[in-house]
Amino acid sequence: MLRFVVRRLLLLVPILLGLSILVFLWIRVLPGSPATTLLGERATQEQVEAINEQYGLNDPLHEQYYAYVKTVGRGDFGDSVTSRRPVTDEFKERFPATIELALAAMLFSVILGIPLGFLAAKRYGTWLDHSSLIASLLGISIPIFFLAIILKYIFAVKLGLLPTVGRISVLIDLEHPTNFYVLDALLAGDVGAFWDVLKHLVLPAVALGSIPLAIIARITRAAVLDVQNEDYVRTARAKGMAPKIVDQRHVLRNALLPIVTIIGLQTGLLLSGAVLTETVFAFPGIGTWLVDAIDARNYPVLQGGILFIALVFVLVNLLVDLSYALLNPRIRLS
Amino acid sequence: MRTKWHWLLLLVVAGVLALAAGCGGDDEGGDASGTTADETTEGGAEGGTLVFAGASDPVVLDGALVSDGESIRVITQIFETLVALKPGTTEPVPGLAESWEADDAGTTWTFKIREGVTFHDGEPLDAEAVCFNFDRWYNFEGPLQNPGATYYWQVVFGGFKTFNKESGAPEESLYESCEATDETTAVLTLTKPSATFIPALSQQAFSIASPKALEEFNADEGTTDADGIFSPSGTFGTEHPIGTGPFEFVSWTRNDRLVLKRNEDYWGDKAKLDELIIRPIADNAARLQALQSGEIQGYDLVEPQDITTLEGDENLEVIDRPAFNVAYVGFNIAKKPTDDAKVRQAIAYGLDRQAVVDNFYSGRAEVATQFMPPEVVGYADDVTTYEFDPEKAKQILQDAGYELPVPLEFWYPTDVSRPYMPDPKRNFEAFAASLNKSGFKVTAKSAPWNPDYLGRADEGNAGNLRLLGWTGDYGDADNFIGTFFQSPQKAWGTTTTPLTEIEDLLDEAEIETEESKREELYQEANRQIMDQLPGVPYAHSRPALAFTANVNGYVASPTTNESFASVTLEE
Repeated sequence: MLRFVVRRLLLLVPILLGLSILVFLWIRVLPGSPATTLLGERATQEQVEAINEQYGLNDPLHEQYYAYVKTVGRGDFGDSVTSRRPVTDEFKERFPATIELALAAMLFSVILGIPLGFLAAKRYGTWLDHSSLIASLLGISIPIFFLAIILKYIFAVKLGLLPTVGRISVLIDLEHPTNFYVLDALLAGDVGAFWDVLKHLVLPAVALGSIPLAIIARITRAAVLDVQNEDYVRTARAKGMAPKIVDQRHVLRNALLPIVTIIGLQTGLLLSGAVLTETVFAFPGIGTWLVDAIDARNYPVLQGGILFIALVFVLVNLLVDLSYALLNPRIRLS
Repeated sequence: MRTKWHWLLLLVVAGVLALAAGCGGDDEGGDASGTTADETTEGGAEGGTLVFAGASDPVVLDGALVSDGESIRVITQIFETLVALKPGTTEPVPGLAESWEADDAGTTWTFKIREGVTFHDGEPLDAEAVCFNFDRWYNFEGPLQNPGATYYWQVVFGGFKTFNKESGAPEESLYESCEATDETTAVLTLTKPSATFIPALSQQAFSIASPKALEEFNADEGTTDADGIFSPSGTFGTEHPIGTGPFEFVSWTRNDRLVLKRNEDYWGDKAKLDELIIRPIADNAARLQALQSGEIQGYDLVEPQDITTLEGDENLEVIDRPAFNVAYVGFNIAKKPTDDAKVRQAIAYGLDRQAVVDNFYSGRAEVATQFMPPEVVGYADDVTTYEFDPEKAKQILQDAGYELPVPLEFWYPTDVSRPYMPDPKRNFEAFAASLNKSGFKVTAKSAPWNPDYLGRADEGNAGNLRLLGWTGDYGDADNFIGTFFQSPQKAWGTTTTPLTEIEDLLDEAEIETEESKREELYQEANRQIMDQLPGVPYAHSRPALAFTANVNGYVASPTTNESFASVTLEE
C-alpha cells in the first residue's frame, strides 16, 4: 500500500515537468503578448521591445523555460501581469472558492443521483424509470452555461429567490480567514452570512452538478439492476431476510463500487466544468481566474494556475484509487 | 419497503425546497430582493447604497500607476485633478486648481490652488502638496519607468528625472519643475511650450494624492519579480488611497467588492449616495442578469446585442456614452496610386460608409466626417464631406486619365474586435464591394491584429488602404489628429511625402495657449486633412451603460471620467 502511494507520488514529477513544458509552449503559441495587454494598441514598437526585453521574451525558448523552472523551483510563481500580485496569493484566494463549489455540486449530484438511480432500478420499466432516463439525457446534453442562464432567469430574475453572481451578498461583511466562505461564516457564528453563502452556492452547484447527477443516476441504476439479479441477493431474499436489509447490505453496498469509480472520475470533470460555471455566475474561483488570464495573455497566472490544477487533478485521482482499495480488498494486492 | 425509498426521496426534495425557501425568507438581508437601495434611504432621493458592476477588479488605486478602465473608475471617485472636465464633455474646467495661466513663452504655468480643501486624512491641500505629487511622478525610477506602469505620464510628459534606456521611457521630458510660491500658488515649468498638457491633466494619472498618505503607506515601494513586473508592496494603492474626492475608500475585498462612502467634508456638492459598492463581474450575460435580478443597480460595457432586452424592460434604462473614438480607412500616400490626391478623392466617394455604420454597429455608431469625434474642441462643422457616389468616383478617375479599374491593395486585421470596429472583416468586405463598384479593383490582404497587422501598418507595409481606428486618451484634438499627422509617420507615408501644411498647423496649435485660437487652428487642420485626404474616417461608436430605472443623475462622459457624486436612488 505504501509502495503504491510512493510510486504514484513519484510519478508526479515527470507528469508535472512534461505538463509545464506543454503549457509553456502552448501559451507562447497564442498570438499576442503581455506587452499588448499592458500597452494596448497605442504601444510604440520601442515600448513593446522594452517590455519584451524586461520579461525576457526575446530570449530563446529553452532559456526562458529554464529561467522559469528555476524560479518555480524556489517556490516563486511570479506576479500576475494584470493585478501585479503574486500568483500564489491569488491562488490561495481562489482555490477554496472552486473547491467549495465543486463539493457543493458533488453533494448535490450524489445526494440526488444515487436515490434517483436506485429508485429507477427498483421501478424498472415504469414511467418513473423512463422519466429519469429522459431527465438524465437532458442533464448530460444541456450546455452548462445555457442551463445556468435558464436557472438564473427562473430563480433570480422571475422569482427573486436566489442571487445570480458572486459568493456572498455585498451588503454582508464577513472576515475570510480560510477563504472557504461556508467555513468562514460558521467560524464567525454568523447565521445570516451562512445562509447567504449557501444561497449563492445553490444555482452554480446545480448547474455544475447537472452532468454528474445524470451520470451518477444512470450508473447507479445499472449497477443496482446488475446486483439485484445476483445469486446472493436471491438467496438473501429466499431465506426471508427483510427487503430493507437486503437492499442495504447486499444490493447497495455491492453496487457502490462502480458508483465510487464514476464519482472519482466526475471530480476531475467538475474542475473543468467549473471554468464555465464560474464565468457565468461571476464566481471568483480558479475558472474565472484562468479565463481572464487567457484573455490577458497573463503568462505567470496561466503557467502557475494550470500546474496547480494539474497537481490537484493527479492527487484527486490518487485518492480515488486509494478509496477503491479500501472498498475492494482485491485491488489492494495488485 | 418501497415506501422507505419514497421517504428518502421526499426528504431530499424537501431539503432542497427548504434551502430555497430559507433563501427566500432571508430576503431582507440578501441582495436578490432588489431593495438594497431602500434599506438605507432616509427619505427622498438622498442616501442609499448603489451597487455597480465593472468587468474586473481595479489593478491598484493609484492614478499614476494605472491605465485600465476599472482602476480609473474607482480613482475618479476618490481623487481629483487640478483640471477637471465639465461633466459629459471634454471641456477643461477648474478642478483642484481654481484657475491657471501661462506666461508669454507658454512654458511657465501658474496654478491657483483651491482653498479650504482637505484630503480624506484631514491633511490640507496646498500648493506644496500639488508639487509633491508632480515631483513624485517625475522622480519615478526603475520598474516604475516601465511604460506598463506609468503609461500616461510618458504620453503627456515624456521622460523622468533619471534616464534609463532599458525602461523604454523616452529620454526627454516636458516637465522641468514645480514650485509652491505660496500656499495657493503652484508654478509649473515646462522644458518647451505646450498647451495640450492642460486638458491632459484631467486624466486620473494626474490625481493629487495626500503626500502624508503616499509616504506613510509607501506608495512607491514594491518588488520586481523575475519577469520585471513591479508589484506595489506598500498599502497606499490597496488599503489607503487618500485623495480629496466626493467618496472615501472604505474597504476592498478582491474578486468581491470595493466599498466607498460619502466624503462628508467634501469642498463642493457632497455626494448624494451614502455608499457606493463596485463589484467585478466579467461575464456580459452575468452582468445583465444581475441587473435584472436587482443584485446590482448599474453596469458598464453593455454589449450591443443586449440593448434591445434592456430597452424592453421598463425597470431598466440604457445610458449612451458619447463617442470618443474614430474608425478610419488609412491611406499610404507615398504608394502608387494613393499618392495621387485625385485617386484618394475617388476612394472617398467610393466608400459606402453609411452602409457599414448602419449594418455592422448595432445602431451604436454614427458616420465620421473627420478624424476626431464631435465632442472634442477643434471639431469643424464645415469640412469637405464625401457621400457614397460610385459614378462620381469613376468620373474623377477617368478625368485624371486612369484606366479602369484602378488596382488597390487593401489590408484588414483578423482576430480582433475593437469598440470602433466590432468586426473588421465585414467592414472590409462591404468597403471592398463598394470600391469595386466605383472603378477600383481591390486586392484583399489580411494579418492577425497583433503584432503582425499593427507592425505592418506602423511600417507602412499595409498596402494602399488599411482599416484602423483610435480611442482617445483624453479630450484634446492633439490626442486625435495630433497623434496621426503632427509628426511624419511611415504608416501614412508622410515620412517621404510630408503633409507640411497640416503638420505646421498642428505644431502651432500644440503650443498656442489661447483657447479660442487653438480651436481655430485645429478646425483649420481638420478642414485641410479632409481636403488632402490621407485617409477616410468612417465611424464613431457609442458605448452604453445600463442602470435600473430608479437610478438618476449619472452623467456619461466621452472620456469615462464619470463621477457618482451626482447619482441618486429613488425609492
